[in-house]
Formats: sequence, structure tokens, C-alpha cells
Amino acid sequence: MAAKKEKQFDPVKTLHSIEEQFEMFQILNEEGEIVNKDADPKLSDEELTELMTRMVYTRILDQRSISLNRQGRLGFYAPTAGQEASQLASHFALEKEDFILPGYRDVPQLIFHGLPLHMAFLWSRGHYLGSAFPEGLNVLFPQIIIGAQYIQAAGVALGFQKRGIKAVAMTYTGDGGTSQGDFYEGINFAGAYRSPAIFVVQNNQYAISTPRELQTAAKTLAQKGVAAGIPSILVDGMDALAVYVATRDARERAINGEGPTLIETMCYRYGPHTMAGDDPTRYRTSDTDNEWEKRDPLVRFRKYLEGKGIWNEEKENEVIERAKEEIKEAIKQADAAPKQKVTDFMKIMYKGDMPFNLQEQFDLYTEKESK
Amino acid sequence: MAQMTMIQAITDAMRTELKNDENVLVFGEDVGVNGGVFRATEGLQKEFGEERVFDTPLAESGIGGLAVGLSLTGFRPVMEIQFFGFLFEVIDSISGQLARQSFRTGGRYNAPVTIRSPFGGGVATPEMHADSFEGIVASQPGLTVVIPSTPYDAKGLLISAIRDENPVVFLEHMKLYRSFRQEVPEEAYTIPLGKADVKREGTDLSIITYGAMVHESLKAAEALEKEGHSVEVVDLRTVQPLDIETIIASVEKTNRAIVVQEAQKQAGIAANVVSEITERAILSLEAPVLRVTAPDTVYPFAQGENAWLPDANDIIETAKKVLTF
Repeated sequence: MAAKKEKQFDPVKTLHSIEEQFEMFQILNEEGEIVNKDADPKLSDEELTELMTRMVYTRILDQRSISLNRQGRLGFYAPTAGQEASQLASHFALEKEDFILPGYRDVPQLIFHGLPLHMAFLWSRGHYLGSAFPEGLNVLFPQIIIGAQYIQAAGVALGFQKRGIKAVAMTYTGDGGTSQGDFYEGINFAGAYRSPAIFVVQNNQYAISTPRELQTAAKTLAQKGVAAGIPSILVDGMDALAVYVATRDARERAINGEGPTLIETMCYRYGPHTMAGDDPTRYRTSDTDNEWEKRDPLVRFRKYLEGKGIWNEEKENEVIERAKEEIKEAIKQADAAPKQKVTDFMKIMYKGDMPFNLQEQFDLYTEKESK
Repeated sequence: MAQMTMIQAITDAMRTELKNDENVLVFGEDVGVNGGVFRATEGLQKEFGEERVFDTPLAESGIGGLAVGLSLTGFRPVMEIQFFGFLFEVIDSISGQLARQSFRTGGRYNAPVTIRSPFGGGVATPEMHADSFEGIVASQPGLTVVIPSTPYDAKGLLISAIRDENPVVFLEHMKLYRSFRQEVPEEAYTIPLGKADVKREGTDLSIITYGAMVHESLKAAEALEKEGHSVEVVDLRTVQPLDIETIIASVEKTNRAIVVQEAQKQAGIAANVVSEITERAILSLEAPVLRVTAPDTVYPFAQGENAWLPDANDIIETAKKVLTF
């Protein structure tokens, strides 16, 4: 047998060299210590407490939403606990004029962008007034078709670019969503047009029961940005500061005309996929749960802020009480929404006149509803 | 007035609207410097610039997503799908997203998007170019589906489609692109969507049809006339929503009708027309409403088109069955 020749080209080496580029970006470790001083965004005390407030509020919102769902007072609900840093610190880097195209788990970002809480509850219940957003609120409804929000974000970003508006389109999907064609087309279109889009992949380890490793042999999801030729970054998604910095920098590049960025946030959802009967104990061990609970974004951010002397139990309890109050109030407001009629649905089908078929049916249902 | 082919009338409609409304954007695969694979967008990028008329990467779904996103930022996209056989790559953006945009946002956002796409047989295209998939989009609430058969109709209907506040699928039959010229006004004019047009008046039989079958029906009507039958040809022009008033008025006058489409019997929209007639005018009928369609196979290999596509002879044959029922 002839001696093995030195390979002229080694695709395995190429792959490894790409994978090595995607080290996890972290600023706060699990103990709430700054481990990357150069990257510290040096947020003001006020900003830091505001971010903590939003994360605590959202954890309570999640707990209350699960319980309201169990009481039958909410409908579709996709739990968010564990993803507070990923969701809210990324949103914290946005401005009001930025446009959010959320996935179905991304309701908290909408709320802090300005969506009234009772509308989020109406959306959960399945009421059209839940996504009849107030004028000036730059968001779309939570997208159910996984991947669709990505190609649409490329379109919104191109729209801003054409209008010369210094704003970004930000969209979110999960780890499973990176397997969709629209995921790839979205980042690729935005790359080709150098549009101001920020694509966030919240890698919470599972797509319903399917583990992340079954989606792709790629070592990271961030490296999928390479296929679109766009900058991408792998971030500790349980670290609010790292998520914030990654998003802030992506936004800056975007509005400076440097195109889109893909951000993978490595995080975890503590709860089930949705409240529609998913049981995570079928596919997840409590060891894994416990391991991720140690990395809880609230725990480490709390430690960090307490260390700075700007957070304490009293402050946290105030937020919790306020959240509970506002949730109660919002549920009441949602309860007060008028019952939906078929004629309501017909009225929102088209802008302008109804087509003949619908007008005919409208007259029929108007009569039915008057009885 | 100018003598135009249908493709020239389509270009002229886009030029008119690009001029008329700065929010109109034209985009798709090879629609820019190349002027489109059929020259439908010829000269538009040169006249209006790359900001208004531009090429996209080769991905229909992404093109649909661009249209959704651009409409959310106040633009009026006119997107092109190179051949309607590629619909399946973009059906979520069209049926799952654009069609529902107003509804799912409670009217907060509408989607003033026009989806232009060529289709239709008789020109020996390769696979998945000529299929008649209008029935698929016609079944989606929220979409209007327009299919012109003449240069004059094409221009007026396309201007209406672009100005419409809701998504319109505008299907252009490839065989009709350059098959004949017609006088077309040079200025902007509109033809209302959802309005049929009686292309030939008659008293014994109504042929209700659209697309390339309008011309086959007119040929058939002429032949039938020679045999003493007076045939009315109704060109639907919009296949969703249907112009019920014009259809029913014609059937109530002639008491006999056939519906003619190029699509397979299980596809297209002919069954809808038959249902509407039976629901609304059964007491006027002297005979059942029969359909002329293609057979229920996959669209044929190119050399089999002539045997497979419905034509004037098929129409004459079916018309006679109804006339002598």
C-alpha cells in the first residue's frame, strides 16, 4: 500500500476552522461577574434596573399566563421562562421606530415595544382585536408559520432602506426554525441587498421534542450566517448584557448601511413548548433542567445588580406586585372586549368595498345577527 | 391610441403606474436590466431606476416575503413570479400571508400587492411553466384573481390591480402575449376588477370562459353561427370574485350555457361557475351546464399539448350537446 499523500485540500479542516470562529460571546458569568470588561456596555444604573424590571415582569407574566391558561382564561400560549435575557435584552437595544416581526413565542418583546397587555391576551384567546395594533406601533402579529417572519423581515428592512429611514427590522425564530427554507432565504435576501435587518435565533435547545442536534450537523446555528455572507455571532442567551451588546452592535452596523446580522442566543425554555398538551418530561431529563436553571438569566443579573447596590428584594417585589396588578387589569379589559361576529370578520377581509360574494354573505349574516 | 400586443399593454400599464405612484415597485427574477424573460418590464429600470425596478435572488418565497415586508412599509409592490408553475415555492407568502394580512391585523395593515405571473399552454414550454393553477389561488379568501385575454383588457385590469388596496394575482397567458395586436389607449384607464365582458352577443347559448379559451370560444361561436346558432361569449376577466350579474343575465337570456377552461376538469374555476348558475338560474335552463376542460392528468409533455389542450373543436362538440339536449 502506498504511503498516504498529504492532501492538497482538506474540507474537514475548512469546516473546523469555520466552527472555531463561533465562540460563545459572554459578558456576565453565572455568578453575575463581568468576565469581559472590554465588552461591558456600561449601561446607566437606570437602564440596568429597567432591564431587570422588564425581565422580572416577564417571568411573572409567564407564570400568570400559564395559570390563566390552565383556568381557561387564556388560549394559545408559548411559555417564555428562561428566555428573558434573549427576548428582552435584545429588544432593549431597539428604538421605537424599529419594526419587530416576532415568532409565536415572542409576545414579551411586543409588549415592551408598546403592545397593550390586554391585546396580547386577546391574541392568545383568538380575538381579532388582539392584533389590530395601535397606529405607530411598529410590530407584526406573532407569526405562526415558522420562517415566514424571516423573509418578511428582509422586506421590511428593504423598505426602510428605500425610504432612507434609519431603523431596523428585527425578527426572531427558534433553533428548529433554522431548518426552514424561508430562514435561509430571509438572511440571504437581506444580505444581497445589505438591508438593515437583525435576525435572532433563540436556540432554546428543543423544537417541541426534537433536540437541536437533530436539526443540523452544524456545530453552531450562528455559522449559518456564513451561507448568506453576513456577520453572525453566538451569544450566551442567558446573559442579558451579552445579548444587549450583540444586538446594539448589529443595529449600529445596520443603520450605517452595513447590512444584516444573525445572532444565535444560546438559551433554554424551562416550560413546555406550548400549553396545548406538550409534556417536556417525555423528552427532557430533570438533570438538564437543573443544569440550565443554574444559568438562569434573572439569577445572574440580579446578583450583578445587587453587587452594584442598585437592586434588592424590595424592588423586585414591587415589580412583581405591579405585574400582577397590571395582568389582572388587562385580563379584565380583555374580558370586556365585544364578542366577535361573522360580520366583523367580513369587514376586515378587504380594505375598501367587499367583493360581490362577500357582500352577499354579509347581508345574510347581518340578518342572522339581528335576530 | 396605439396598436399593442398584450405584452406591450402590460408593460405600458406598469410604466403608467410607476409614473403615477412613487410607491409602486416592480421586482422579480430578471425583471431589471434584462427587461423580463418575456420583455414585460422592458425599459422600465432604465426609465425609473434601480430603486423602483429591481432584480431579486432566485427564490420565489423570498420574493413573496419582500412583497409582504415592503407593503408593511407603505410600498405598493408589483412582484413577478417568472412562471406560475413556480407558485408552490411561494404559496405561503401569497395564500398564507398576503391574502390574510388585512384580516389578521384587524384591518391595521392591508396588502396592496400585485402578483404578476405568466402561465398557459400552446407554446411548448418545459415542465411546470404552462400549468393553469388559477383554481388554487381562487380558493383562497383575500385574493382577487385576474386573467385578461386581450391587450385592452390587460392594460386596464393591470392598472386596476396595482391600484387595488388588496392582493391581486394577475395571470398572463403566454400564448396571448404576442398573438395579436389591438388598439389600446395611451393614457391611463381602468377596468373594474370582478367585471366580466361580453365579447360576442348571442341568443341561443352562453359560453362562459377566460384566458386563451376566450379566443377558442370566439372561433367556435363563429363556426356555430354558420350552422345557425347564435352564441354569446362571456369573458370572465376576473375569475375570483365572479361577475355573477353578467353570467346570470346571459344565461337567463340564452337558457343554455357551457363553461370553458384550459385547466383540468378537477382544477380551474369552471365548477364554481356551474354551481352559481344552478343555484341562481336553474329555472332558466333548458339543458345542463356542461364543461369543456383538459383531462385530469398532469399537464402534458410538450409534444402532447395539441392533443391535450381544449380547443375550438371541443367547444363546438360540447356546445352542440347542449344545443340539442
